[in-house]
Order: sequence, then C-alpha cells, then structure tokens
Amino acid sequence: MQAEQIPPGGATRNTLETSHLAPAVDTFFYDNKIVRDFGIATVFWGIAGMLVGLLAAIELAQPDANLHTSFTTFGRIRPLHTNAVIFAFVGNGIFMGVYYSLQRLCKTPMYSKALSRLHFWGWQTVILSALISLPLGFTTSKEYAELEWPIDILITVIWVVFGWNMFGTIARRRERHLYVGIWFYIATLLTVAVLHLVNSAEVPVSWLKSYSAYAGVQDALVQWWYGHNAVAFFLTTPYLGLMYYFLPKAAGRPVYSYRLSIIHFWSLIFIYIWAGPHHLLYTALPDWAQSLGVAFSVMLIAPSWGGMINGLLTLRGAWDKVRVEPVLKFMVVAITAYGMATFEGPMLSLKNVNAIAHFTDWIVAHVHVGALGWNGFLTFAMLYWLWPRLYRTELYSKKLANTHFWLGTIGILFYALPLYWAGFTQGLMWKQFNAEGMLQYPNFLETVLQIVPMYYMRALGGALYLGGVFLMMYNLIKTAQAGTLLAEERATASALLPAAEDPHADAGHWHRWLERRPFQLAFWATVAIAIGGAVEMVPTFLVKSNVPTIASVKPYTPLELQGRDLYIREGCSNCHTQMVRPFRSETERYGEYSKAGEFVYDRPFLWGSKRTGPDLHRLGGKYPHSWHYNHMLDPTTMSPGSIMPPYPWLFDSKLDNSTLSQKIAVLRKLGTPYPRGYEQQALADAQRQADGIVRDLQKEDIEVKSDKEIVALIAYLQRLGTDIKVKPEQVAGAAQ
Amino acid sequence: MEKNVLQSIAGIGIYPAISFLIFFLFFLGLLVYVVRANRQHLAAMSELPLLADEDPQTQLTHNVLC
Repeated sequence: MQAEQIPPGGATRNTLETSHLAPAVDTFFYDNKIVRDFGIATVFWGIAGMLVGLLAAIELAQPDANLHTSFTTFGRIRPLHTNAVIFAFVGNGIFMGVYYSLQRLCKTPMYSKALSRLHFWGWQTVILSALISLPLGFTTSKEYAELEWPIDILITVIWVVFGWNMFGTIARRRERHLYVGIWFYIATLLTVAVLHLVNSAEVPVSWLKSYSAYAGVQDALVQWWYGHNAVAFFLTTPYLGLMYYFLPKAAGRPVYSYRLSIIHFWSLIFIYIWAGPHHLLYTALPDWAQSLGVAFSVMLIAPSWGGMINGLLTLRGAWDKVRVEPVLKFMVVAITAYGMATFEGPMLSLKNVNAIAHFTDWIVAHVHVGALGWNGFLTFAMLYWLWPRLYRTELYSKKLANTHFWLGTIGILFYALPLYWAGFTQGLMWKQFNAEGMLQYPNFLETVLQIVPMYYMRALGGALYLGGVFLMMYNLIKTAQAGTLLAEERATASALLPAAEDPHADAGHWHRWLERRPFQLAFWATVAIAIGGAVEMVPTFLVKSNVPTIASVKPYTPLELQGRDLYIREGCSNCHTQMVRPFRSETERYGEYSKAGEFVYDRPFLWGSKRTGPDLHRLGGKYPHSWHYNHMLDPTTMSPGSIMPPYPWLFDSKLDNSTLSQKIAVLRKLGTPYPRGYEQQALADAQRQADGIVRDLQKEDIEVKSDKEIVALIAYLQRLGTDIKVKPEQVAGAAQ
Repeated sequence: MEKNVLQSIAGIGIYPAISFLIFFLFFLGLLVYVVRANRQHLAAMSELPLLADEDPQTQLTHNVLC
C-alpha cells in the first residue's frame, strides 16, 4: 500500500505506510531542455567567437583584412574575441555541464525552471551587449573585464540568479554528500562573484563611459589579480568540476583517487588566488609581491598536476576505449593540454623566463594551449557525450567526430608552435646587443617583420581548429534531427531522511561534516580564497597613500584626457604597452624605465600585456605632431612594412566634448586634483591646446580642423611619459 | 624606489607569515584527514557520478559509452 505525498519540487513521493524508517521513493523529472539550450548557445557563440579570433589573427599578418572600418579593426575585435570565447563559449559550456551534472549529482531537478530560463536569456543578453558595445568602442580597456558598467551590473544580477538556482538545487538534494565536482562549482560561483565585484568598481561618466575606481599601480594590481583568477575560476575550476563528473561517466569508472581530488580542490583554490602578480613581473609592483606571486605560481604545479594525473589515471584499464571513442580522445587531449599549460604557467612566472617571454606571442601560445586544448576539447567531449543522450539516439557520425578530433589537434599544433617560435625569436631580438654595446635591432619593426610568417601559420592553425568545430555543429544537428529531445527525463531516488534518522549520516570527521553542508563549505572555500586575496589586496590598497607623488607629474589636460579616452576606445593597449621595464635593452630602446608615481592619474592604467607594436610610455616628444598625423593616417608612410592598421575615421570624426565637464567632475571626485569649478573652464582649455597643435601642423603644411579626434589623440601621445622630464624649476614656476 | 615604499609599511612581513601558517596548518589537517579517511566512504563518494541516473522507462540502449 502506498500513499502519495507532494514533496518540494513537485515530485511524486511513494512511501511505505508499514515502515516508519524506510526512505520514501520520489519520482521527478530532470530538465534537459535547459542543458540543450546552453549547448546550442555554446556551439553558436563558440563559432562566432572563433571566427572573430580568426579575423583578428589574419589582421596581424594582413592589416587590410580589417575591412577598413573602425568596428572590425584589431584593437576593437581582440577584446570581442576574448570575451566571446571566455564568457560566451566557455561560459555557456560551463552552464551546460553544470545544469546536467548538478541535477543528477543532487538527484533533484533544478530549483526553479524560471530561474534557469532567466539565467539562460540573461546570459545571452550580456553576450549580445558585448557583441554590440565592444566593436563600437565602448570599453573599460581592462582585459577580460572590458564591458562597461551597465553590462557589469547585468552580469552581477545574472550571476546571482545562477547562484540562487544552484544553491536552491543543492538545498533540495536527495544525496547527503556533495560530490567533489559540486565543490568546484561552488568555488567558481563565489570567487567569480568576488573578482567581478572588486575589479569592476568604477564611477560612471555617462551611460557607456566610466572611470576605474583605482588608479595606476593599484589598478594594475587589482586588474591582474582579477585577470589571473578569471583564468583560474572561470576557465579552470568549473571545468575541473565538469571533468570530475563527465570523465568517469564517459570512461565508465570512478575517478582514480577521490583522496587526491579532495587535496586537488583545496590546494588549487587556496594557491591559485595568490599567483596574480606573476603578470606584473619587472613592473612597478613591489618586489616582495612579485616574489610571492612567483613562489605560489611554482607551487601551483602540485595541485594542477595532481588533477591531471587523477584525470589520466581514471582511464587506467580503459585505454582500449580511448582508441575507438572520440569523446575519450577529446578528454585525453584536454587533460594533457591542461597539464602542459599548468606546467608552462609556473615556468613563465620564473623571472628569468618571464623577462624573455612577457609581452611576446609566447604568452598568446600559452593561453591558447589552455583555451583550445583544455577548454575547447573538454567542451567538445561534453557536447558529443550529451547530444545522443539528450536526443535519445546515437551520434550521427563517429567518423566525423574523429575527423574533428584530428583537425582540432593539428589546429592546436599549427596555432601554438609558430607562436612559440615567434615569441622566443622576438623576445631574444629585443634583447640582442651587438659587439659595440648597441641594440642589434634598434628598429622595433624589424623584430615584427621577422615573425609575420608565423602569424600566417597561426591563422592557418586557427582555421583548421574552426573547421573542426563546423564539422561538430553539422554532426550535432544531424544527431538532433535523428532523435527527439527528451525535455523532461524521469528519475527516481530515495528521499533524504532527516539526519537524525539516517544511519549513514554519522557525525564523522570534520571534512565529512563539511561535505554534507554546502553553505559551510561555501563559506570556508570563500575564506580560503579571501586569505590569498587579502594578502595581495591589503598592500594594494595601501599603495595609493604610499606612492610618493613625483612633483612634476600632473593630471592630464582636458584635451589629453579626451585623447586618452580615444586611445582606450580604439583599443591601442591591445598592441602597445606603457611599461618600460628596468632592463638595459628597454631603457636603450625606449628611454627611462617606468615609475609607479607616474601613473597616479591613470584611470584606468594602460600598461598593456602584449607588444605587437613598441612600448609607448616614452613616446611623448619623440616625434613631431606631423609624424603622428601621418602615421595614424597611414602607418606605412612613416614605418614601411608596418602591420598597424590606418585610423582614417579619427580624421573625419568630430571630438565629442559633450561629457568633458562630467569627466573632469568624476575624476576630481576620485581624487585627481583638478581645481573646483575647473569643468567650466575645461572646454576652453581643450580648444586652446587643440588650436596650438593645429598651428604646429600648419607649419608643416598639414591642414586639419581643431575639432577633429586626431588632434586630441596627438595631444595625448605627445604627453606620454614626459612629466618626469620636466625640470624642477619649471614645476616650481607652474605651481606659482 | 617603489619596493622601498612598500617595504616601509609597518609590519608588512606579517601578512605572508600569517597566511603561510594558516596555509600550512590547514593542509596538514587536510592530509591527516585524507590519509585516515574511511575507504568505503571515499569509494561511495567516487561512485556518485556513475549511479544510474536515467530512468529505465525512458532509457534506450546506447551504443556509445556510458
């Protein structure tokens, strides 16, 4: 005799009346539709993001490929590519895998279908906003956090929706212990929230323009604490959680060592958060913080390789399956790529290696081994595994999947190897001195032209990889057509007895206690990341009051400020750094090395992370205005063979001064010492400075109207790095 | 120059020292737990993803691995 009750979640419950202690058996339905929807979004945005990446890659070898529009020029589409592949492709891939595995590991449907849908459409709206705003030039310029403040707020809201749905599901679970994969999901959710909130602190000027709440060195530290941990907690921890679920499923055997997975989890989340400063070696960052970053980066090898070994050994005794099953092939290469990238990362953070590799294509190769190999291949494995199950049929073609596997693998090699070569070559050329003690290659362009063939090869590699993804799309569409989507999947599980009545819910050890309590686990995981975060951040926040103000460093004039915002809009920092490191090879090439005190008015900082073109920090005063004018109109006239695209629109567009006074007001609020009421005078000052530049250009037979954008940009470029060259008497005079 | 500035913050060295201590003790505890952990419990946990989560009524025979 059975009695029906309605437990939370709308499931049907059957209990045996005769047995008081026997657990009730619930019947409920997993939501497969949301998994399918996130899967479609993963493929769609993956192709879109990779196409943009391919275009960007071709532009590096063939600048004309930018279609001669501002919207498709490298500086604007590079952030579009990174945002699309990280947040759209991998992001949707995370949600696809989490929504599938979480329901099953918790033996309950998602907490709320409405929240699931809201999460899905909200996230697609964020992506669409990025797709529109980034090519239009609305950007904060902070890498992987380029989206402007209204989109940042939307991301926060949607992330809360995801978290609410996730914790709601966990709270209603029918499995007392949380599987290790779920711990990784929880750590991801919380850490990404913390990173996003701290790094996105900004003060709006208008609807699509804001200034960072941090300046200079402080901004750089916060940004790379974020940037590094975005890799850690968006591209790594969620995918490790997914690996711990989907690898055992696909291999048909449990993970090699659950012990190792526990250590993997805690050590990874604890150590990762400390390693951010390795992105700022040899910069104005304090030495001890750099050393701390290096030490923790080296320590990261242990948990990362622990995870990799755990993954690969899960396949022990199943290697025969790897030979015939594309899902497992993709997983093996993914885990291997994870191992390679996480070995290389610590190596790159050693200061002597970093001195050569940093700012070169070596770093681009490194991240793509992770992105194409680890994230890409694990996503493809999940899609190939999920699609037949969601559509209750078999995969349309294993042969096509195998072809995809080989195209992808060869694509990765063709992508990464030429860039390693290019990075190493260029890094060494920058540092090469001749017998007379002079730079062997004083013209930066020489070092660029040397590696252009490698740019063609990498574009070919990207095209091969993308070709594979198209094959996958076709394969998945055909699979879906052959089957029918099982939108609601029936499942049964015993209801969870109250802890007091459950003989298995022993008090046990403190860690087993934690494994049963998601909220406490979440709390302690947050503490683990907060310790590393705090140790880095506390000195960061002390920096501002401790960087000695260099007396000659003054705020930007209104016109320079406008020019700087154009520099940000055009994404110049994607190819040019503003950080001369204290090496003789750099001071010889660029001039005096960069000092922390020079950046105190830089909101945001524009140090950059890649030198496709030369460093610009000491550019001011190096060339006449006319050089910049001609160079921006057609770079090849000043630097024959240059791969920099022309910027003709700067010569046609009128400078938008409508928000200038608001910009001055916001910057003063943030601490820039513009005098009170200066916003009323700013426009006139900008005009005066523009007229001066126009007069100088006239002397060299160049006619330009003072209200064009190029004039503001020239003003900014001519100011770069010049403050410390101002003589003390001039400063004293100006102060009086 | 900059490094001297930060080195001058009073007691800055205590941050890494404290965090190292927390880190070290936590991992010591974790290692002890992991070594002493109940084998059956660990085995049961690692089986979680493999438990049949598909209802037989809706399940079709897969040629693909499961």
